Amino acid sequence: MPAVSKGDGMRGLAVFISDIRNCKSKEAEIKRINKELANIRSKFKGDKALDGYSKKKYVCKLLFIFLLGHDIDFGHMEAVNLLSSNKYTEKQIGYLFISVLVNSNSDLIRLINNGIKNDLASRNPTFMNLALHCIANVGSREMAEAFASEIPRVLVAGDTMDSVKQSAALCLLRLNRTSPDLVPMGEWTTRVVHLLNDQHLIVTSASIDLQDYTYYFVAAPWLSVKLLRLLQCYPPPEDAALRSRLTECLETILNKAQEPPKSKKVQHSNAKNAVLFEAIALIIHHDSEPTLLVRACNQLGQFLQHRETNLRYLALESMCTLASSEFSHEAVKTHMETVINALKVSLAQFGSRDVSVRQRAVDLLYAMCDRSNAKQIVAEMLSYLETADYSIREEIVLKVAILAEKYAVDYTWYVDTILNLIRIAGDYVSEEVWYRVIQIVINRDDVQGYAAKTVFEALQAPACHENLVKVGGYILGEFGNLIAGDSRSSPLVQFNLLHSKFHLCSVPTRALLLSAYIKFINLFPEVKATIQDVLRSDSQLRNADVELQQRAVEYLRLSCIASTDILATVLEEMPPFPERESSILAKLKKKKGPGKLPDMDDSRRSVNGSTDSTHSFTDVLNLNPAPSSGANLLIDVFSESSAPAAATDVSEENFPRFVCKNNGVIYENQLLQIGLKSEYRQNLGRMYVFYGNKTSTQFLSFSSSVSSSDLNVHSKAVDPVIEGGAQMQQILNIECVSDFSDAPVLNIQFRYGGALQNIAVKLPVMLNKFFQPTEMMSQDFFQRWKQLGAPQQEVQKIFKAKHPMDTEVAKAKILGFGVALLDGVDPNPANFVGAGVVHTKTTQVGCLLRLEPNMQAQTPNGNAAPPATDPSFPFGAGLPGSHLGICSRCRGEQGDGFVGLKGTWPKSHELKVAFDLASFLPPDGRVCERLLLRT
Amino acid sequence: WRRNHRNTSCVIMSNNMQFMLLFSRQGKLRLQKWYVPLSDKEKKKITRELVQTVLARKPKMCSFLEWRDLKIVYKRYASLYFCCAIEDQDNELITLEIIHRYVELLDKYFGSVCELDIIFNFEKAYFILDEFLLGGEAQETSKKNVLKAIEQADLLQEVRYVIKPPWEQ
Repeated sequence: MPAVSKGDGMRGLAVFISDIRNCKSKEAEIKRINKELANIRSKFKGDKALDGYSKKKYVCKLLFIFLLGHDIDFGHMEAVNLLSSNKYTEKQIGYLFISVLVNSNSDLIRLINNGIKNDLASRNPTFMNLALHCIANVGSREMAEAFASEIPRVLVAGDTMDSVKQSAALCLLRLNRTSPDLVPMGEWTTRVVHLLNDQHLIVTSASIDLQDYTYYFVAAPWLSVKLLRLLQCYPPPEDAALRSRLTECLETILNKAQEPPKSKKVQHSNAKNAVLFEAIALIIHHDSEPTLLVRACNQLGQFLQHRETNLRYLALESMCTLASSEFSHEAVKTHMETVINALKVSLAQFGSRDVSVRQRAVDLLYAMCDRSNAKQIVAEMLSYLETADYSIREEIVLKVAILAEKYAVDYTWYVDTILNLIRIAGDYVSEEVWYRVIQIVINRDDVQGYAAKTVFEALQAPACHENLVKVGGYILGEFGNLIAGDSRSSPLVQFNLLHSKFHLCSVPTRALLLSAYIKFINLFPEVKATIQDVLRSDSQLRNADVELQQRAVEYLRLSCIASTDILATVLEEMPPFPERESSILAKLKKKKGPGKLPDMDDSRRSVNGSTDSTHSFTDVLNLNPAPSSGANLLIDVFSESSAPAAATDVSEENFPRFVCKNNGVIYENQLLQIGLKSEYRQNLGRMYVFYGNKTSTQFLSFSSSVSSSDLNVHSKAVDPVIEGGAQMQQILNIECVSDFSDAPVLNIQFRYGGALQNIAVKLPVMLNKFFQPTEMMSQDFFQRWKQLGAPQQEVQKIFKAKHPMDTEVAKAKILGFGVALLDGVDPNPANFVGAGVVHTKTTQVGCLLRLEPNMQAQTPNGNAAPPATDPSFPFGAGLPGSHLGICSRCRGEQGDGFVGLKGTWPKSHELKVAFDLASFLPPDGRVCERLLLRT
Repeated sequence: WRRNHRNTSCVIMSNNMQFMLLFSRQGKLRLQKWYVPLSDKEKKKITRELVQTVLARKPKMCSFLEWRDLKIVYKRYASLYFCCAIEDQDNELITLEIIHRYVELLDKYFGSVCELDIIFNFEKAYFILDEFLLGGEAQETSKKNVLKAIEQADLLQEVRYVIKPPWEQ
């Protein structure tokens, strides 16, 4: 045991620590600790008052026990006593205990705060410093509440010593950061700025020797980094002289990097490069001086080959942000070979596999990719994938898939790339990736033949990944005929090849293959008998899996009874998929978290990622998000409480499901099922109502009528009898006369087994059904948006996320809502923007919609979202929760007006649906799956 | 320059350290300093996770890693690992040098510091850290000034203030 070197030794403490260290086993240690805890407890509870020294010693022992990883639930009171002692060492230990073992007991906190208050008021600089340290180190909300008003007073008081002022300033900063609402900076900023000048004076002119702040031959690195960081809070100076001075400074820093080092110590190079990287961060932030950007890029290029792993890592990271600047993108590209090399070198180097460096290299390759180098980069990433760490494989797969699609000039390359992906890393190829290749092949007939040939060849491999079997099954089922002319890939060969994989596959893949087989029967009548034999075998017809069995039975029957014409119709080639954004991108974003993904758009935008644009957008619009209760045109669409009073209870259980779609089941009970199919054009709509008798008995005296206060609804008369098990159709013609909020109600009466049945169903006819989508350019959109500033023209609503959100689902929902989805209008790619016109007989009302992810919100379950009426709440700014707004102009008086609909989602790594109206619906993004089943 | 105005209050100062941990090669925690209010349970979880992650890394690997939303900066000195968590915008290299400066301070104070010094005088290690960092910010980067402040505090050790400190009378 070393002698306690300085200060007041606490012998008892040292002995205790020695004892613990001498314990031979974990059990012995715990036993010794428990003994000590019991001892301390009895001392604290004992009748004899403990002197300060003993208290201090025991509190220290508790601290040590805590550090060993044991819970400590007492001693706080003694610590508070020590804290109030007027002996420095006791006070110091008291503060240490309190700040390490923060306790939330409110009585205790009151006592602690009291002690701190006394010390702050003591005018003893040592005590004041201890108190300020404690406040800053604990930094909790309670602390901020208790001292928010006290600390600024200390800071600006004339007689406070400089060292205390410094602590007070940092303390205030800390509290401002943790509780900005309690410690608003605004009030104090000016006075703090004065202080800043003050300190500068002290530093430059007075007694302190600057030599003390030189760190391994680097002048004041901490201060330099801080100042460079501070500058990143502002745009580049507009004043030309100031601007050139700043450029000069940055050039000096870049020049210094080229000078020979003044010391071989790593501390020297670290401190120097810390300043350099901060300067580069500022250059990237300004993103306005092409020469500086290119110089920065070349500097980073040098670091890419540095022997220090740390520098390589940081250089890769910085370059990633640099790659998204239009000025330096080209410069970054010149270093591609080096990056690829870094990737390879780090694999071989020292036998150590540093994933983080390679992860960065892959990020950078992705960011620097464009049409000119896509083939090379994708090839490199593919070859790297073969040896890549498991932890980053899925991400590389997604990145390759995105790049291959985005920069595909000829789609044969795309198909090859994806099949290679499946071959190399099949396990990491998610559904999105292989769905996507199928969508693209189906939509592009120039690549179908090639795709069929390629999958056919790939399937020849003795062992191929199940994902390849899926893609192969689907593509051959659709386009096998394109290669059937070649005897080497005749229909029978194709079928045998696919079927040879059948028994090795999982149930979903087998189901897909069965669908491919029935498609084969349609494509190639010559293999019909062979396939029917397979379907007829016991392993299919009596398969234990219900889905497989059902498919086998149905497909077999279908192939036997249907005529060639019917077969050809039922099993026709799949229609093209609607063009839409790749869901792979959404998946990658989800994986990486928003903001971490370099902006992939060709028009390169803010280099700092998308998170910032929310703010600036708000600034431009200067919206006052105060909703007006009188003018909520669309809001009624979402409210369920506005049902008209009716004699029977009006069923509206399924009503919200129809906000974004037109077909489905609106009502069902034990007797009757009512299905709807509707279509709308301008201010007219037609609704097909299907009444299904679920019983085996007749419905008699069946009648139906529609009551509506606002809409013109004409219903055709129906047959008074519905047979058991039968379905009857009724057509409703609907005309929208003017804007309305009450949906029509369908009243039904019939007799079942002598009893009269009365049913009333609210029909899903909402105002948004009469939307006509409108395309609009970005400029027009925002010009109109800005014009709609009056309070009665805009309403907004805040939503909590309800469902996990997927971009595709959200898009589908917005489209279903009736507006046109405007791509590339909003500068922030995460936002959704839409426009449409509501058509009524008397007027037309243009509507703008904007749905805005709230990138700043921390957690979905954080603080409650502020009320929408709070005018101080900046739209989309950093508050958890989300909101959706609707705005409308008073119609009628001024002719056509606009309704805007705006909303935000809370940011979280999985974006959540906050779109209230749409989140009523079950997620319906299963297009791919369903289409596959129909094959 | 386009639209990349950052919210000033978020990045007003440079390094916003979240916490600092000192642990041994055997994974024993020697010092923990938290600059963010977290529950004990959370602290324990984070500590366990980080100690494991850092100890698993090989010597030549880089000193930075991404972990949750934070960046971890660590360095090994003899048998002790010094490990700091900083935010996304913060400077990794200057954080490495914060660690080094702290080690220098310990070294100067204890005279060739070793793990045992920190075990037996953990409260001193805390006091030195507090003198150097406040709320995660470097408040005094001059080695001389920090040591002077600590020496002064040591001198105060045995002084008893009767009612008021001497300079108040």
